[in-house]
Amino acid sequence: MANTPDYSWPPMDQRKVIGQPYKRVDGPAKASGRAKYSSDYLSRDLLFGAYQTCPHAHARVLSVDTSEAESTKGVMAVHVAAPAGTEIQWAGAEIAAVAATSTEIAWDAVRKIKVQYEVLPHLVNETDLSKAGARAKAAGERLTGDPDKAFQEAEVTSEGHYGIPVINHVCLETHGSVTQWKGQGDDSQLQCWVSTQDVTHYAGSLAPNLKVPAANIHVRQDHVGGGFGSKFSPDAWGEVAARLSQKAGGRPVKLFLDRATDQKIAGNRPSAYGWIKIGGKRDGTITAWESRTWGTGGFTGGGSPPLPYIITGIPNQRMNHTAVSTNIGPSRAWRAPNNQQASYMTCGAVEDFAAKAGLDPLEVFKINARYTPEARRDTYLFHFDKAAELAGWKKLWHPRGESGPGPMKRGLGIGFNAWAGLGHQSQCRVTLHADGSVNVDIGTQDLGTGTRTIILQVAAETLGLPIGAIKLAIGSNDLPPDSASGGSTTVGGVSSSTRKASMNALAKLYELAAQTLGTTADQLEAAEGRIRVKGTPAKSITWQAACRRIPASGVISEIGETNPRNPMGLMAGGVAGVQMADVSVDIETGVVKVNRYVAVQDCGLIINPRLAESVCYGAISQGISTALYEQRFMDGQTGRMLNPNMEFYKLAGIGDIGDIVVHLDIRPENDKRGVVGLGEPPAVAICAAIGNAVANAIGVRVPNIPMTPEHVLAALEGRTV
Amino acid sequence: MQAFEYANPSTLQEAVALLAPQRGQTDVLAGGTDLISLMKDYIHTPKRLVNIKNIQELEGIRASAGGLRIGALVTMDELARNAEVRASYKALADAAAGIPSPQIRHMGTVGGDLCQRPRCWYFRGGFGLLATDNGKPLVPDGENHYHAIFGGGPAYFVSASSLGPALVAMGARVKLVSAKGSREVAVKSFFVAPKDENTREIVLRPDEILSEILVPAPAVHSATYEVRQKEALDWPLAAASVALTMKGSVVAGAKVVMGHVAPIPWEAAAAEKALAGKTITAASAEAAGKAAVEDAQPLSRNAYKVQLASVAVKRALLEAVKGKA
Ligand SMILES: Cc1cc2nc3c(=O)[nH]c(=O)nc-3n(C[C@H](O)[C@H](O)[C@H](O)COP(=O)(O)OP(=O)(O)OC[C@H]3O[C@@H](n4cnc5c(N)ncnc54)[C@H](O)[C@@H]3O)c2cc1C
Repeated sequence: MANTPDYSWPPMDQRKVIGQPYKRVDGPAKASGRAKYSSDYLSRDLLFGAYQTCPHAHARVLSVDTSEAESTKGVMAVHVAAPAGTEIQWAGAEIAAVAATSTEIAWDAVRKIKVQYEVLPHLVNETDLSKAGARAKAAGERLTGDPDKAFQEAEVTSEGHYGIPVINHVCLETHGSVTQWKGQGDDSQLQCWVSTQDVTHYAGSLAPNLKVPAANIHVRQDHVGGGFGSKFSPDAWGEVAARLSQKAGGRPVKLFLDRATDQKIAGNRPSAYGWIKIGGKRDGTITAWESRTWGTGGFTGGGSPPLPYIITGIPNQRMNHTAVSTNIGPSRAWRAPNNQQASYMTCGAVEDFAAKAGLDPLEVFKINARYTPEARRDTYLFHFDKAAELAGWKKLWHPRGESGPGPMKRGLGIGFNAWAGLGHQSQCRVTLHADGSVNVDIGTQDLGTGTRTIILQVAAETLGLPIGAIKLAIGSNDLPPDSASGGSTTVGGVSSSTRKASMNALAKLYELAAQTLGTTADQLEAAEGRIRVKGTPAKSITWQAACRRIPASGVISEIGETNPRNPMGLMAGGVAGVQMADVSVDIETGVVKVNRYVAVQDCGLIINPRLAESVCYGAISQGISTALYEQRFMDGQTGRMLNPNMEFYKLAGIGDIGDIVVHLDIRPENDKRGVVGLGEPPAVAICAAIGNAVANAIGVRVPNIPMTPEHVLAALEGRTV
Repeated sequence: MQAFEYANPSTLQEAVALLAPQRGQTDVLAGGTDLISLMKDYIHTPKRLVNIKNIQELEGIRASAGGLRIGALVTMDELARNAEVRASYKALADAAAGIPSPQIRHMGTVGGDLCQRPRCWYFRGGFGLLATDNGKPLVPDGENHYHAIFGGGPAYFVSASSLGPALVAMGARVKLVSAKGSREVAVKSFFVAPKDENTREIVLRPDEILSEILVPAPAVHSATYEVRQKEALDWPLAAASVALTMKGSVVAGAKVVMGHVAPIPWEAAAAEKALAGKTITAASAEAAGKAAVEDAQPLSRNAYKVQLASVAVKRALLEAVKGKA
């Protein structure tokens, strides 16, 4: 192993490119519309796909008659996805698809497909557990310590109800692909322009069902219009697009879900509702926790929030969770799965306990930091104070409900987050050419988080070159394999593999340059576009001169690989974070506005502070939307989602967000951990902080997210909704 | 979207000649901000679309001593910015300015605003104006969070037009033109709460075009207040437009009309009565707000809108007299 380079990151004070706030390299292309998403794909021979979906929440398909659709002019292929006999478990489920020469023809043809159903009983709302009957499945009690005794001995107890509904991902680019299938069997060639969080494994997931070698499936994606955890696999529609293309003689088929269908079936975050009781001492120390919760993640139930969140060490706990099976589209991972729900419920219960004890919740959170995992305990304590300082807590906080006269009430609230974020398996290939040009290739994807920019910064730092000197390729499965972008794992994965591949390539280049410079390879470094002798920068040659030594017949091409089991100090997992919301509530209308939102975010080595902050802004904007607006209205009578659109499925706009203040906790002791992913942690605590701020402002708990006028006014009037 | 014939007339006369008297055959296209989505959802499937945007005579705002004439093609943005409208017809300017998103204000026309279809999600989901499934009304036992709190059915949708209540409060009329001639209708009577599935929510006949809005000389004090949850692309949860004629500092006559709470702009006669002879103060405005919702009939999930309507009336009244002696 003598020749293994030392991959460790350059010390904080010696970094030239890493740590700089570069703007996203693809920003101008995106802002100007030059960036092409797969859903923008157009070609002369393109066919347009559309689905007929099931209008019933639970039904059996009795017959599907596609004859009229098939004979419609312009229809090139029809595929039945749910033949007679299929049991449908949610409205919006795909029944049959057509591919036609225009979108309009496709939609007209879809309506000519005649489907008969036997309609079966459904359940689409789970807020009232007593109505769930046999569809509710208790997970069994989890017991720690002696909660009965602890509650008896408690000096203060509080209890409350907390609920957070099923929400949608609402990716601006809906789910789907453009897929072209030419040839047959082993001679098949598939070209897929996709919208995915996992370019590398798309082909492998698609191949078995189509019975085509994965090696013959070519996957491309330059940009993706949102995923948030809902775009990990090709999905049924990826396969159907391929089948339609094959039936249509190999013409490419564009099959992206329409907005309504996307919202019904392509992404649901599980709900969580429940009752929580907390017991503790007069000083705010919690000694006992009891919770009875339920929720749904669709037909399979699912979605158990990890309670108590972060303060896991509470010595006495009794917990019961019930999963409810409902006839709604299946759940998908949503930016830190189950953590938002757990954070909202836990922080709400802690805030209610503080109010009952007559204490400042900031002090109660701090005193109970003893129950947080030891590795981040000091960080939480530090963050509570830092967030309080930035939010003006000392000045602005007041005891619950003491908000002064007039209809506008201001309040402050706290939420906290935790996440792992260790980098994923990744391979990078760095190729140096004799003319000095450089390729960096990784089969990863940029979800809008700035992955391209990050990779370029790492390569540029390591090779001692400007960012513009490097040609980067991502978004294809012809490139070295990367992993799914999920779990905040991308930045750690791609930064390590890029670092290693760049160092490995440099090691080869040093061997060539060492001869010219009359030294040994281990004495060389790459900086400022030169290869130079460490400690004697005057002894150097230009990057181009070094590369000219690469034999004309070849290139230097080296792989670097990230292995999560051996991070080599380049990356780590585990972050904390504390957030505080400052809201105003109009108690005559129940309208809540966020004045300011403070996020103190734990982190590791930050490759690009602008992008890290930007990820926090995005997460918080999305969280504010969830906390105040987002609701799926499921009609119990018809079993349908009534608002599968972006009009009554309300989303925050720029004017609804308020001021966001992000403080990244960049400190030497955090930096030395290496890179830690940040995609998810800042998205966790927004409902928690806003829910608590509203309670602080108006003097009562609004149990259920979102904080709509309907919910707020009901809480003020002591009604339940 | 079903294929259709596209007609592009340049005069009102040509345009009305292209319209069919039976429902469902032809549709008038103005800004298209509503109609196109109705067509994409197959709620409207016209065989012919008559684009009226090239008809000069439907343009323009004209103010005179006798009042205001607003052409049907005037956009919400033009209306909201018009100096005359802002100065003397504040309730109308407020309502137009409240309509969200610059895109909709720039594309959406005043004619289209008055003629737009209800946003009731059962209607948009294909269950008809009265929202029934095999004869069973879906709204009373359904998700009626945004539905009517006045009227008592069988129509439970809320009139979508934000301009409607302001125009009713101001006593405006609309001119409706067909190949057979023209008629003027008070905006108050333009909107109807249908009792059966074959009646539309406005009296406009399929072969008519709304050519202009005529607003009489203004009441001095007017305002619109909307309770909106968000700033971005959203509908008011409740709104109120008021127009007051004053004798000194006391109310000589009041028009109070609530929006987004009933299938039609809802006139609050009790509030109007409560205000007569009063000065507008926080207390009298609040009392009028309370009176306005006395006979509200909320549904299972929209009781909260009663409070919002009451607050909208109160705040509109206070806004109307703000800064005025
Ligand atoms: C997210 C969202 C929020 C909105 N919020 C509001 C709001 O808060 N308040 C509000 O009032 N509106 C709101 N709107 C609706 C918007 O104001 C209307 O879509 C717009 O006013 C319609 O005008 P248009 O010219 O685009 O009409 P079109 O879409 O062209 O036509 C709408 C209907 O009116 C008919 N029509 C149009 N002009 C005439 C005419 N001159 N004569 C006869 N028939 C005619 C058409 O045939 C069609 O049936 C909102 C819309 C959206 C999408």
